[in-house]
Amino acid sequence: MSFFIEGDTGKWEVVLGLEVHAQIKSNSKLFSTASTEWGSDPNTQVELVDCGMPGALPVINEFCVDQAILTGLSINAEINEKSIFDRKNYFYPDLPQGYQISQFEFPIVGNGFLMIQTEEGEKRIGITRLHLEQDAGKSIHDQDINNTLIDLNRSGCALMEIVSEPDLRSPEEAALYVKKLRSILRCIGSCDGNMEKGNLRADVNVSVRKPHSEMGTRCEIKNVNSIKFIQQAIEYEARRQVEIIESGKKIIQETRLFDPNKGETRSMRGKEESHDYRYFPDPDLPPLMISKAKIEELKRSLPELPDEKKSRFISEYSLTNYDAEVLTDDQYVSNFFEEVAKNRDSKLVVSWISVELFSYLKKNSIELSESKITPKKIAGLLDYIISGKISNRQAKELFEPYLKSNLEAKDFIEKMGVEQVSDEGEIEGLINRVLQENPKMVEDYKNGKDKLFGFFVGQVMKESKGKANPQVVNKILKDKLA
Amino acid sequence: MTDFSTIDITEAKKLLSQKKITATELTEFFIKQIEEKKGLNCFITKTFDIALKMAKESDEKIQKGSNLGILEGIPIGMKDLFCTDGVKTTAGSKMLENFVPFYESTVSQNLWKNGAIMLGKTNMDEFAMGSANTTSFFGNVLNPIRSDNQKDLVPGGSSGGSAAAVASGQCFAATGSDTGGSIRQPASFCGLVGLKPTYGRCSRFGMVAFASSLDQAGPITKTVSDSALMLQSMCSYDDKDSTSSKKLIPNFSDYKKFDLKGKKIGLPNEYIIEGLNEEIKKKFDQCINIFKDYGAELIDITLPHTNYALPTYYIIAPAEASANLARYDGVRYGLRENSENLDDLYQTTRASGFGDEVKRRLIIGTYVLSAGYYDAYYLKALKVRQLISNDFKNAFKKCDLILTPTTPNVAFPIGEKQNDPLEMYLNDVLTVPASLAGLPAISVSAGNNNTNLPIGMQIIGRPFEEISVLAAGSVIELSKV
Repeated sequence: MSFFIEGDTGKWEVVLGLEVHAQIKSNSKLFSTASTEWGSDPNTQVELVDCGMPGALPVINEFCVDQAILTGLSINAEINEKSIFDRKNYFYPDLPQGYQISQFEFPIVGNGFLMIQTEEGEKRIGITRLHLEQDAGKSIHDQDINNTLIDLNRSGCALMEIVSEPDLRSPEEAALYVKKLRSILRCIGSCDGNMEKGNLRADVNVSVRKPHSEMGTRCEIKNVNSIKFIQQAIEYEARRQVEIIESGKKIIQETRLFDPNKGETRSMRGKEESHDYRYFPDPDLPPLMISKAKIEELKRSLPELPDEKKSRFISEYSLTNYDAEVLTDDQYVSNFFEEVAKNRDSKLVVSWISVELFSYLKKNSIELSESKITPKKIAGLLDYIISGKISNRQAKELFEPYLKSNLEAKDFIEKMGVEQVSDEGEIEGLINRVLQENPKMVEDYKNGKDKLFGFFVGQVMKESKGKANPQVVNKILKDKLA
Repeated sequence: MTDFSTIDITEAKKLLSQKKITATELTEFFIKQIEEKKGLNCFITKTFDIALKMAKESDEKIQKGSNLGILEGIPIGMKDLFCTDGVKTTAGSKMLENFVPFYESTVSQNLWKNGAIMLGKTNMDEFAMGSANTTSFFGNVLNPIRSDNQKDLVPGGSSGGSAAAVASGQCFAATGSDTGGSIRQPASFCGLVGLKPTYGRCSRFGMVAFASSLDQAGPITKTVSDSALMLQSMCSYDDKDSTSSKKLIPNFSDYKKFDLKGKKIGLPNEYIIEGLNEEIKKKFDQCINIFKDYGAELIDITLPHTNYALPTYYIIAPAEASANLARYDGVRYGLRENSENLDDLYQTTRASGFGDEVKRRLIIGTYVLSAGYYDAYYLKALKVRQLISNDFKNAFKKCDLILTPTTPNVAFPIGEKQNDPLEMYLNDVLTVPASLAGLPAISVSAGNNNTNLPIGMQIIGRPFEEISVLAAGSVIELSKV
């Protein structure tokens, strides 16, 4: 289903491009040896460069360069053997040097792409570039009545800015793109993808146009830090633009902010107020040279990427495209799945993980990796289903208390006394009792009221307090009533 | 008290090692000199307590005779551009009037490790922007040399305090920094030896930045021999400076073994500019003959883009400065003026903290990098810089060294050229090209003019060939008329 905005004058298409800022997972900053650990006391992780002291000089952190190259390789991009660091000049209290060291004309990574799985199938999203830059510090305006406080712990942390082509056409596609990118970053370990901590955030460029017409004027929504907000911001912004154009006015190119509380975007600064950043090559840093050998070496060290894993899951576990996508989105999840699926029916495993387990996690607002749930715990329960000791239905009822308990499957099921009865003799006894107690029904059934079969099953299950194996019940009942 | 103002480091080292004098005696002598000559305004901060403590340590080492540094017990001046741990570092600016670094520049660290003694921080043009030492927030420096008409003369800039201090016997030597001539020009005006090494030889870590692609530390000394010793003690590869060179560091005193016989010395006709002082031209011709006497071959060369060097320099240096000085915003350290809001804080602090010359260059630098002007100014300047570099590369295929005058004129009276920045900038016309090409260059006094003002000659060498530059400099020194 293509996404359109219905205006008074007809359908409008939304054109989106994303600039994702991903903080590199590195122990030290891009140009200093200061720690990058999150949540430390303010201004405790600051070297001379990070606070812009006179005579301080930046020295590139090779580890961060490697992470950018790995990221470039995993988004099918060209790695530039020569790239240049530039100074982006503007004044702000949390920018201690008075300029940000970034890459402008010659970024470390050039053209690439990634694939997203839309409802209509796979779609290729172009990536224009990836460049390295310093993060700014943090201005804190709400801790002191008279002053703005500055925390420079984040100042100088390494960011990768990943710029997409304007290939995205709906809020869902934008969400899929960010999710895919995040799963790649997490997979190779170059960024932890944590949007709540601001380690992954996006600037969203939004414009609208009539289908097949020229690109409209775009607005940039800065620093959106959740996938949900990205979608909300796009929907609001696209609708706003349609309303403006349809009322005969023009879109003004500007930078906007998304207010998650109100669910709307508002103007931050117009084009006229936009900074002249006066980019120029940073004379403190020679051009960044990357050898072909280095690129090859890093290429060999790449782990199995989400798309490769997805293909493998489809062929190895006979998963649907959708299930494979869901399971390979997160490396922790895919490893978890593979652990549980070892020597077990993969269809059963996938339904338990992607349906039951995921809805449990969602209900409790917790990530699988943060939960204490182990593959062993899930596998233990599934083994009871596979061996027929408990029914699928029983397992579903037990699932939540089981996950919350500290018990292994065996102990839990014993404690709850829910183990399924499959013993034919025992079940036959139950059936005999039910048939004896309901002679009228038996007669009616034999006279053609087939629907009563369910009644007998229900009664047997009731007698067994739900423990009887339904398949065994069905089989014996049919024989008895034949 | 013995007068140590007439001897050089090389001589003092000998006396120290023979235990005829002590580092403490030397230090006390220079402290007295500094007090007596404070009218020249050479020092912004005096560090006598530190100096005496360092002298004591040196004396102890000399007594034991072990772990002696190249400059063990030698009192020097430190240009106030080099950050010194716990000692105020102002860069000649009100902006940093009370700034005390908690870290040490690599160059000063190297000097202390080599036993040098810090007498104080020398005066300089604000943020090293100037050619007369008349832009310092801490006042003008006077040239100890006076012309026959007794007017106060400038010592040159921006390392004016360093040069005047050495010339007036307030220290054996001093550090300087050279962006477009700030070591060579004051050395020339004060009758001294000023060496700008190859870009990358000395670390820029802890040196307050003016124009990062040009800034290079170097020594100002009385003699060429001292220059070699100072450079030896200052330079090192430094992983804290990404532009620092890993090239092997030779023993610079080996210049004494360098034979100029048969070496080709290039004479660029472009340096004999209109307005070149007649007496300087005459001195230059005399130097040519001196080199001939030493068996060197003098050849005419051409550096065709020399004319564009000055305008190129005055685009690139201010452009880099406009970013380098953006950190002085009143937020974290240095001057902070009272303000109503953020924009006001920036405006009042920077308006009050920077002097006129610094503001002029920041405005020029901001302009040449601005959208719509970048290509016409900054980008073009980068291209011309490359052409100037190529000129030297081509010239050095034909010759080993290049001989030129250091400045088009001798030291001028304070106040002159003050209202005409362009005329002031012309001071650098002969020193700027080597800076743009990152080449080693020395200025050595070739004697005085007829009013007893020193005239400097400049030798430019191939990258990292400081030894041949020093060797040629010593020839001029030995033949000084």
